[in-house]
Parts: sequence; structure tokens; C-alpha cells
Amino acid sequence: MPLKQFGRELLVIDVLAPSDTVRSSGARHENAPHLSEVYPPGAPQLRQASHRDVLRIFSVVAAVVTLLLLGGVVVFLAIEGAPALAGTSENLPAGASSIWALAGPLLFGSLWASALAIAVAAPLGIGVALFSVLVMRGALGRWLGTAIDVLAAVPSVVYGLWGLMVVAPQTVRIYNWLATHLGWIPFFAGQPSTTGRTICTAALVLAIMILPIVSSVSREAIRLVPSSSIEGAQALGATRQEMIRRVVLPEARSGIMAGIMLALGRALGETMAVAMVLSATPFLVSFRLLSSQNPGTVAAYIAQNYPEAHGLEVNALVWLGLLLFAVTFVVSFFARLVVRRSSGGSR
Amino acid sequence: MLHIAKRRTVADRVFTGGLIACGVLAIVPLISVVWTTLSRGSERLDIDFFTQSMRGITGAGGGALHAIMGTLLITASATLIAVPIAFGTALWLTEYAASTTSPAVKALARTVRGVIDVLAGIPSIVAGLFMYAVIALTLGPGYRSGFAGAVALALIMIPVVERSGEEVLARVPAELKEAGLALGAPQWSVILRVVLPTALPGLVSALLLGISRIIGETAPLLLVAGFTDSMNYNLSAGRMISLPVYVYSQWQNKGVDAQAYDARAWSAALVLLAGVLLLHGLAGLVIRLQRQNRQVRRARR
Amino acid sequence: MQIARLTSLNMKHNKSVKLLTLATTTAAVLLLAACSASNEQPVVPPTSDTPNAPALSGTLNLGGSSAQTAAQTTWRAAFQSANSAVSVNYDPLGSGAGRTGFADGAYAMAGTDDAFQLSDIASTEFKLCATGSGIVELPVYVSPIAVAYNLPGITELKLDAASVAAIFTGRITQWNDPALLALNPNVALPELNITTVHRADKSGTTGNFTDYLTDAASEFWTAGRTESWPAELSGEAAEKTQGMRQALEAANGAIGYIDVSQVGSLGMASLLVQGTAVEPTAAAAAKALAGSGLEAGRSNIDLAYDINRVPTDNTAYPLIMVSYLVACQQYQDATTAELVKAYATHVISEAAQSAAAKDAGSVSLWEDAALQKRVADAAEAIR
Repeated sequence: MPLKQFGRELLVIDVLAPSDTVRSSGARHENAPHLSEVYPPGAPQLRQASHRDVLRIFSVVAAVVTLLLLGGVVVFLAIEGAPALAGTSENLPAGASSIWALAGPLLFGSLWASALAIAVAAPLGIGVALFSVLVMRGALGRWLGTAIDVLAAVPSVVYGLWGLMVVAPQTVRIYNWLATHLGWIPFFAGQPSTTGRTICTAALVLAIMILPIVSSVSREAIRLVPSSSIEGAQALGATRQEMIRRVVLPEARSGIMAGIMLALGRALGETMAVAMVLSATPFLVSFRLLSSQNPGTVAAYIAQNYPEAHGLEVNALVWLGLLLFAVTFVVSFFARLVVRRSSGGSR
Repeated sequence: MLHIAKRRTVADRVFTGGLIACGVLAIVPLISVVWTTLSRGSERLDIDFFTQSMRGITGAGGGALHAIMGTLLITASATLIAVPIAFGTALWLTEYAASTTSPAVKALARTVRGVIDVLAGIPSIVAGLFMYAVIALTLGPGYRSGFAGAVALALIMIPVVERSGEEVLARVPAELKEAGLALGAPQWSVILRVVLPTALPGLVSALLLGISRIIGETAPLLLVAGFTDSMNYNLSAGRMISLPVYVYSQWQNKGVDAQAYDARAWSAALVLLAGVLLLHGLAGLVIRLQRQNRQVRRARR
Repeated sequence: MQIARLTSLNMKHNKSVKLLTLATTTAAVLLLAACSASNEQPVVPPTSDTPNAPALSGTLNLGGSSAQTAAQTTWRAAFQSANSAVSVNYDPLGSGAGRTGFADGAYAMAGTDDAFQLSDIASTEFKLCATGSGIVELPVYVSPIAVAYNLPGITELKLDAASVAAIFTGRITQWNDPALLALNPNVALPELNITTVHRADKSGTTGNFTDYLTDAASEFWTAGRTESWPAELSGEAAEKTQGMRQALEAANGAIGYIDVSQVGSLGMASLLVQGTAVEPTAAAAAKALAGSGLEAGRSNIDLAYDINRVPTDNTAYPLIMVSYLVACQQYQDATTAELVKAYATHVISEAAQSAAAKDAGSVSLWEDAALQKRVADAAEAIR
């Protein structure tokens, strides 16, 4: 009975590493059950594998449903949106000469605003996650994590209001200062906005909105880095910085990337907050951060124009939605490629 | 040698300082958002707000009971729809597809992951338009219900819960699973009794993230769940309003007495925020109880 | 200690916790479900012995223009309390969505800032209307649009159409521009940059504003009537009415156009009509509508107005918006027809119109007797 023998040995290992040590070293896997409890020697479940693997069937069905959902959405968008391809300046929104003339600048705006938001939220979110798990251990760290998670549930309408009433007025002075003193940098060039409703403000509000997603998913990934790896590094005399850089970040990389990708999706698709905060001009492609004239975003444009749209304009807005999908897909594809390259093809 | 040691210490100090700065920087907007909501929302947080709807109310007065009930019903049903699909897909990807060698299954898994990334980028209004078109084709264009809103929200929720759930499941140590399998337990049993309990806190947090993502949605609900100022407990028929839709309409469609509308909007936002905080508290309690329970059993042996 | 205490609990502690949680949640939900809003009365079915027994019952679903929302709230509230067995819903999704929903049969009536175009009426099959039925369009919500500005200390500002057009096209960029000083000789206009604010969303308000500029200042305004602000013009873009209000309040020296009921603490410019400054009041707006004719080709039940933006009457305020309630002239279903007619009649009644004027800041149709008569006659045609 070599298998049983192996099982017995595991029990010994279990005893050697009681859960208390695990908790003291940063509370990882505190919910992992002891196998000896789950499968006591001679438990009926150990006798033979069951053929009734309902769980497998269930999970396959779920995966297929997910695929069908996307298929459904894409087919719907394609059918509803396709007529807009034949549109002219007579019947397209804002008198665009073709759907591409309308879509191009908006897609740029979506990507630009999301990139700015990610540039702020990703380092901040990862920092908060590391801080709440590895630096501020215990109740305070947990409290910080929860507090930031709650930010995810603030309705975008409230973020929009907050951006309009608090962020925009507060940033006007900063923008004026930047434009006066750093106006030679192309990003800050031109007349700054007097209301503060710039793409910079919109990106900041977006960054705060997606921060909980980055930090929450990163935090789970960091929490699940095996405590043995961390303790090993510490035993070898690594400082906290070295431990995080050499052990924690590489181990948690795919989780952190998943968080960033989710956040990017949210930023690209965010409607209300951007619509309320951003002063957008159609057909504009500009990298200026502080101007009254900013490129719009696809999602906000759909929301702002759908209520009053009629005829081919509706089709055009649906087609814009499909294009946003396509762009999200391309971005996530490249992100995956980068992650796979850098982590040696493990996932 | 000393020089290197010093540099390492300094680098560590700077790094830790940076992390603390991140914590503080993230707290500032949090406080600002909460303070704005609290200071403007506390004004109308009276008994009427929780016991009245907006039926027959013009100008001041009225409440948000209908929107509170709507939010509870719609969010709960969206969660019931989304969670099995999301966690099922995550399980398939991490447990079944990962342990196979078939290239076809591997390709399918890659496709599913790509699909989920794309679904995560659905602008909420597009999810609403999609549901609207489905309803118009099947039940007629005039059909509005809380359930239709819940399906649209589930569409937004699935990628969030799946993606974060998948990460949590993937990080359950392989040794644990292998040990279970080595003891002769079937895979489904190992998943149910080893993998899921280990991942529970992460899964709960994935679930909360998903709920947080949808509980504040406006646009899709306005399209398919409609707009009403009266109570409605029936998910399958009739218009149902949620708190975010209430906030939006109170703020955007003000009458002459703008102050009354503003106050109601902020109070509703505050109620929503408090509700989510309560949800997080409950979830933390569930996790702690499960852990304590395990300790109890351990102590008994 | 704690562990010892917990140990004494049931073996199935885990399950009992789950059950407990489930039970508490269910109880809480049921408790909440059992309570009903204290301001809502249970629907009492009409009984024969009550005098003036409510003959009406059923649900009426309307949707469309968000500009009408506040007024519709007032109208519905009064109508529902007079007819306790009737529920009226209004989805403020926007005029386009309202017209589409009405054509598809989703709404029994639509609220819209633009009347149906004649070509659309001819080509659309309205699902709820009887075959061959026309549609009734009633101007139920009339409201002046204010040219609002943020200049602390300045409470009076006169503008003509030409100067408004010059400001919004960027020809006038300073508040102390000679053209503005000439119009306002007694006002100390500051040396300050003008920030123009326009609507970012497609809107009926923008449509009426550009329509006014097209007719009244054609030499300066060449973009024509458009519901989406012309992309080639600069300025700040703001989302919907409240976004406009917020942007105007935020920036010193800002100017924009906004429904008069939402001006708040901002300044309101009076517009020069035939050389006289006219303020955006209810009476002046009603005069402007009364002095306008119907669009060419419309019948006397399809009251789509072609608003006269250069009135000869120097007490009329021409920058107004008119939002319509659209119904079938003849419905397929008699019950729907009855409900629609009752509601339309209520909406244009003196009580409802003056209530909306109070709550939503709109103009009562009863400000002008001829106008009121014309609308009442059209509503009478609903079958």
C-alpha cells in the first residue's frame, strides 16, 4: 500500500507545519483545510473516483455559456450596426463623412483617457495592495483594503458629480500653474480650461474608479503568494523591498495583470462619469491635457447621443460599440502576449 | 560590504515610504468622495426617506423605499445569474482545462480567456442595448422588468467575478490538490473540499467586486427596467427602479425646487454606499466564522 | 476560553452558521417585502355606490423627452390621485427613444422635443394606431431658454441675436468687447475672457438655440439648426442641463443656454426684440408661441409649430422650446384610447398646466386663450 503510506507521511507534514506559523507569517492560506481532516484515513471518498462528475459538466456548461454570451453580443452589434457602414454626412451623427471619421478620434480618446487612468491607477493600486498586505498587517491593513473596495461600488453618477463639484474646481488652479510654467511641454500647451473639465480631470476620476479593481485583485494575488517563498527570502536576509521585487511581484504577476486588464476594460467602457466630467469635441485628436477642447470617448459619446438618436444614427452608435469591443480585444490580446513573454510562457 | 548594506537599507526605506505614500494617496480621494456624499446626503436621511416612495410626490418630501427594494431585488438576482456562470467558467479554466493535454481544449481555454477580457470592456450602455434588442425580439418592445435589468447587469458582472475568481483559484497551491488526489479522492471532491475552502476569502472578495461593479449601474437599467416612482416587488413584470437610477434622475431631472431633488439624490447615494459597506462587513463575518469553525474542529481533535 | 466555548457548540457548527445566515437574510428580505410605502394607497377597485366612481383603470406607459420629466411627475401625480386605479409611467429616455418607442408600440404616448417629420409620419406604421389613423401632436410643455451667464455683481445684461451668435462662434472673446458695451452702456462689464459652454449631448435645447440663431442672426450663424453642437466651434461641452448648470457655476465669465427653471443663481440675459429688451418670462414665451404658425403641411390636430424667432411683437421672447405629447388620432384598443384621452385632457387642463408652471417652471398654455383653445380642440380628436 504505497499510496496509503504517502498519505500517512502527509499527515506528518501537516503536523510539522501547524496553521499558527502560517498565520504569523502574513496570513496566507489560512482557510486551507488540513487534508487529514477532510480525508481522514479510510474515508469512503477515498475508495474510488466517482464517474458522476457533475462539477465538470457544470463548469463546461458555464464556460460555453460565457462564449455564447459574447457571441450573442457581437452578432447583435454587428447586425444592428452594419447599416451605418453605408452612412454619409447626410444621416450620420454630427455630420460625419463616414462612420470611420467619427469612430477614429473617439477610439483614440477612449484609449488615451484609459491609458492615462491606468498610468495613475496601476502603480497606486499595486502599491496599496502591497501596503495593505505586507506593510500594514492586521486589522488596519484589512480596513484599508475594505475601504478601497467600497470605492468600487460608488455609482458612476456619484463619481461624475464628485468630479464636477470637487475635482474640476480644485484642479483649475493647478492647471493654470502648469500651463504658465510648464507650457513648453506639449502636453500642457495651450489655453487651460476655466472650468477644469479636461481630459486630465476625467482620467483622474477614472483612475479613482478603477483603483479598487486593481488593488482588490492584486491584493488577492499577493495574499496567495506561498508564505514559504516569503519566509525563505526573509530567512536569507532579504529586505522587504528585495523580498517584494524578487519574490512577491513575480509570483503575483499574472494576478496583478488580470486586475489591470479588468480595470482597463472598466475604464474603456465607462460611460456616465466621463460623459459628465469631460468637455469633449467630436473629430478631435489631441494630446493636450489641460484644454477645453478634448477628444471624446466612445462610451460617453454613445450615452450622450443615444437618447435623441433616430434612423441611421442609432446604427452608427451601435457600430461604435462594436468597434470599442474590437479595440478592447486587441489591447487584451497584446497584454496577454506581453505577460506570457515576460513570465516565460507559464500561463 | 558596509556600503552595499547601507544602500540596501536606504532602498528598502525609500520603497516602504513609497508604499505608505500609496496608501495615503489612495485614502485621500476615498475620504473626499465619502465626505461629499455624507455631508450632502445626511440632510434627507429621515424616516420618510426609508418609508416612502415617490408616487404622488412633487417638489419636496418623498423617499426612496421603492429604489432600495429595487436595488436589493435586481442586484440579488443578477448575482444569482452571474455567479454560477462566472465561478463555473473559472473552475473549468483552472481545474479542468489546466490539467488536460489536449491542444483543442487548450485553444478553447485561450479563447474563453480572451472572450472574458472583451466582455469586461462592454460599455454598460451596450449591455443595456443588447438586452433591449433581445427583449424587443422576444417579449415585445414595451416589456420592462427588474429581471431584464438583472440579466443585463449579470452580463457586466460575469467577467469581473470570473477573472478575479480565476486568479484566486489558480493560486491554490498545487501540492494541496495533488496530495488530495494522491490520497485517492476524485477531482470533484478535491475541488469541493480542498480547493474551494482554501480559496473562499478570495472568492468572496471576487463576488463583492462583482456586486460593487453592478450595484452602481444606471444606463442599462434605465433602458430595460424602466423608470417608476412606485413600489414593485415583482421582478418579472412591471417597471423597477434602483438607487443609482434614482440618484441620476433626481439630479438630472430637477423641478423648480432644485434643492429638494439634490438632497434626495445625495441621500440615495449615501444609502447605497452604506449598504455596500454593510455587505463587506457581512462577508468578512462569514469568512471569520468559517475559519473559527475550522479551529473549533481542530481543537476538538 | 473562546475555543472551549465554541467547542461546546454543535458538531455541525458550520452548517448551522450557514442556516442562520440564510434564515436571517430571508427574514430581513421578507420583512422589507412586507412593508409598503406609506405614501402609497392600496388600489381600491371602483365600487358602484361611490359618487363619481372612477371609471378608469389600467396602466399607461409613456416615455421620451427628459425635458418633460419634472412636468410629467406633476401631471402623473395629480392624475393618479384623481384616478386611483390608474398607473401612469414616464420613462425619461430622450425624445428619439420616445418616438421610436411610440412607433413600436412600447409607449401609448411619447414626449418629444421634436415633432415627427411629415415624411416619417407617412412612412411609419404606428403599432398602436388604427389603420389609416393620423397622429395627434400637442405642444404641452413650453419653456423659455435663458442665455445664462456667470458674472458676479452683474445682474442685468442685454444681448441681441447677433451678439449671442458672435460670442458662441468666437468672434467676441472678451466681456468688455465694444459690441457688448454698446448694448449695455450702464453696465460695468469686466475685462475678462468669455468661456462659452454648450451641450455635449444631442439635445432639443441646442436645436432651439441654434434655430433661433439661424433665423435671427443669419449673417453670424452659418451652421444652421442642429441638435448636436457644431464640431468646428470651440468652447466647453457639458452633459445635459445639470452639467451645463455646473459648468456655468464653476467658471467666472462663462455663458451658456439653459432651461429657465434651472438658472438658479446665474444671471439671465434679456434679448432684444425689435429694439426692446425682453426677459425670459412665461408670458413673453406664450406670446412667442401664439404668434407662430404651424409647419407647412400639418393638419389642425398635428400641432407642430414653426416657431417665429423674429416676432413682430416686442413683448414676445423668441428663444423658447416646445415639447410635444404625441398620441394616435385613433387607437386600435378602445381602453387605451380612453386612458390616453383622459390623460391628455388632464395635461392641458388649467390646473395641470399651472401646477407644472409652479413645479417644473414651464409656461402654462392658459397664458394665451387662443393657444389653449387650439390645443384643446386637437386633444378632443383622440379616439
